[in-house]
Amino acid sequence: MKVLGLILAGGKSEKLGPLVYKRASAALPIGGKYRSIDFTLSNMVNSGIIKVGVLTQYNPRSLMDHLGSGKEWDLDRKKGGLFILQPYIGFSGEYWYKGTADAIFQNMTILRRGEEDYVLIGSGDHIYKMNYNDLYLYHFSKGADITLVTKDLDDSYDMREYGSVVVDDNMRILHFHEKVENPPSRKAFLGVYFMNKHLLMELLYSTVPNGGNDLLLDVILPRINELNVYAYDFKGYWRNIKKGVREYFKINMDIVCDRNVRDELFYENGKVYTKIKDFPPAKFTANSSVKNSIVADGCIISGMVENSVIFRGVIVKAGAKVENSIIMQGTVIEEGAVVKNAIMDKDCLIREGQKVIGDFEPVILEKRTTI
Amino acid sequence: MKNVVALILAGGQGTRLGVLTEKIAKPAVQFGGKYRLIDFTLSNCVNSGIYKIGVLTQYKPHLLNRHIGIGKPWDLDRKDGGVTILQPYSTEEIGVWYKGTADAVYSNIEFVDSYSPDYVLILSGDHVYSMDYNELVDYHRAKSALATVACMEVPLSEASRFGIMVTDLENRIVEFQEKPKVPKSTLASLGIYVFQWNFIREILIKDSKDKNSSHDFGKDIIPKILETERIFAFPFEGYWKDVGTIYSYWESNLELTRPIPPFNIHDENWRIYTHSEEMPPAYISKDSKTKNSLISEGCEIYGDVYNSVLAQGVEIGRGTVVKNSVIMSRVKIGDDCVIENAIVAENVFIGDGVKIGVGNFSESKLNKKIYNSEITVVGMDSVIENKVQIGKNCVVGNDKIVNKDVPSGEYI
Repeated sequence: MKVLGLILAGGKSEKLGPLVYKRASAALPIGGKYRSIDFTLSNMVNSGIIKVGVLTQYNPRSLMDHLGSGKEWDLDRKKGGLFILQPYIGFSGEYWYKGTADAIFQNMTILRRGEEDYVLIGSGDHIYKMNYNDLYLYHFSKGADITLVTKDLDDSYDMREYGSVVVDDNMRILHFHEKVENPPSRKAFLGVYFMNKHLLMELLYSTVPNGGNDLLLDVILPRINELNVYAYDFKGYWRNIKKGVREYFKINMDIVCDRNVRDELFYENGKVYTKIKDFPPAKFTANSSVKNSIVADGCIISGMVENSVIFRGVIVKAGAKVENSIIMQGTVIEEGAVVKNAIMDKDCLIREGQKVIGDFEPVILEKRTTI
Repeated sequence: MKNVVALILAGGQGTRLGVLTEKIAKPAVQFGGKYRLIDFTLSNCVNSGIYKIGVLTQYKPHLLNRHIGIGKPWDLDRKDGGVTILQPYSTEEIGVWYKGTADAVYSNIEFVDSYSPDYVLILSGDHVYSMDYNELVDYHRAKSALATVACMEVPLSEASRFGIMVTDLENRIVEFQEKPKVPKSTLASLGIYVFQWNFIREILIKDSKDKNSSHDFGKDIIPKILETERIFAFPFEGYWKDVGTIYSYWESNLELTRPIPPFNIHDENWRIYTHSEEMPPAYISKDSKTKNSLISEGCEIYGDVYNSVLAQGVEIGRGTVVKNSVIMSRVKIGDDCVIENAIVAENVFIGDGVKIGVGNFSESKLNKKIYNSEITVVGMDSVIENKVQIGKNCVVGNDKIVNKDVPSGEYI
């Protein structure tokens, strides 16, 4: 059985504000050295998928820079490998992707030409670790046409922000309610689809030319009674950074504060691969005081760091204090500066003695800000 | 830089590193947290724009071979050139090991010829330094030399460990003494040579037939050719170290943790590349104190770490104190341990309440010459069980299980 992986990484996500002014949410740095897309991409590679198409549209440059030839994910291949599927001008006109179904439809060639039997569709901004092989087995054992990955969400998620799924005793999906005020269940769709490739092609051909552009709402749901659409419950850690700055902040803090989350994300079901930067090990000087934090390679820490995520190559000088913050690559925090409840994008500079302090909503400093 | 082939001699055992090189070649020994010794020379090559490299191996090469692979981390996975592992091989007549450094190069003449280079650089796979080989080759060309030897001033007390050169005002070498009892100068050879290829090719062929030669550059070739040819010394002023002994290995690692280290692995303009495991950033817990240390990716620190170098994937339990130590990859240390003045090799498992490097000094019973340095060495893949105490200057071999106390100076 061969599976084609497709990663939807083209959407714009207003809720992340300045963090996505210049990048797709799939390229958002997370966890000290990763970009969000690393998780889905690594899941695919770890599950034996060797051909992956990444569908891009919104601000793709940093994502492209990150993915490169796919080397870091072992996707620089003669056969299969990484395919970047961006919108393009064709003979009959210029079309942006109008939705998930349309995006795949416009790239029908990758479906048509490949020798894969199945398609796994995931999203570039979900943080979770999953072995899709379990999903395949489940799909076959159910005799499903389409399997959607779902999860029973606890109170830390606002169900109104997610698609709510109602299933029967056999896990067959009966109804679906997209982001409604009173969701009928706490079982949410996680944006991962698994189905036969030819079925997908057929569904797209019969829907997209008639104006149905969304894979779930326009293609699958109208046929939910005819097709066997099953829910596969995922039990592990799963978060969607697109839900907003607080969610993004929470995911990073989950990684810092919960060893089980770290173990699950980084050591179970294979590793998470990312672009290698060849920084030396982090250096802690005699004056450093680091507590409950993640510190990536290439950092030089002489000040105080608490409850924070420090990305690669960050310098925290003597007497500086960093608390409850996410500091992205290459930022320098000079002597005596104080940073609290902040998200600092790449290459910022906080001068001696300056203060950057957020409250419940963290302050966000754009890339290359100097204070 | 064109027309240069670099040959890295990586076959040595490095006996003075004791148990650390019992299972692996010296160039594969970890250094500076995430690196292995050969990374420094390989990185120097690619940072100097040299992409035609042969690595000559002989002693226990498996880990080294796997580390180098096809050379991807150093950008040496190339269509043209790249890195080639050159192991000893048998011919129609006979299979032979490399007899010396010169013989190793002689045995690979065909490899070098295949690139028809103007110059060949002879390097060592177990030195820690950063050198722009362009400067060396430019110097060699400017002097119209047939051979150039990189050298450095060393303290007189250490001079007898090196090849010592006497030079004239022009830096031309007039005399060369290999490890002399009475050194005539303090200008030491670093074991880094650049040769005119067609010149040294002839010399090597001649030397291979010489029954009285030990086929070594330092012992035989250099002293012989400088009688008649223009051989120059290239004075190198940066940091260079052959971490040949347990003590110097330990000390050079710890030096990297200084505020201004003598060797700067954080130099952005001279990155050191390595094949490392993909691991998440280090985690430092709320109860730990981490000072004056290098901490690599994948570490989980719940205890205290002072003046130490930790490689990838090291776990330090709650209440544990690690001091003045070098801890290699994937070492797990339990709770409430004390580890002092120690070198702990890869994959060692240390239980709870273990003490290592404690107590009074006692001379090493295994080998004074190698181990008398107050450093306790724990070999690869060993297990130290709960509550075991291991004294100063002790040696735990590779693959050992230690379930009772080891007094200072003892070995297991």
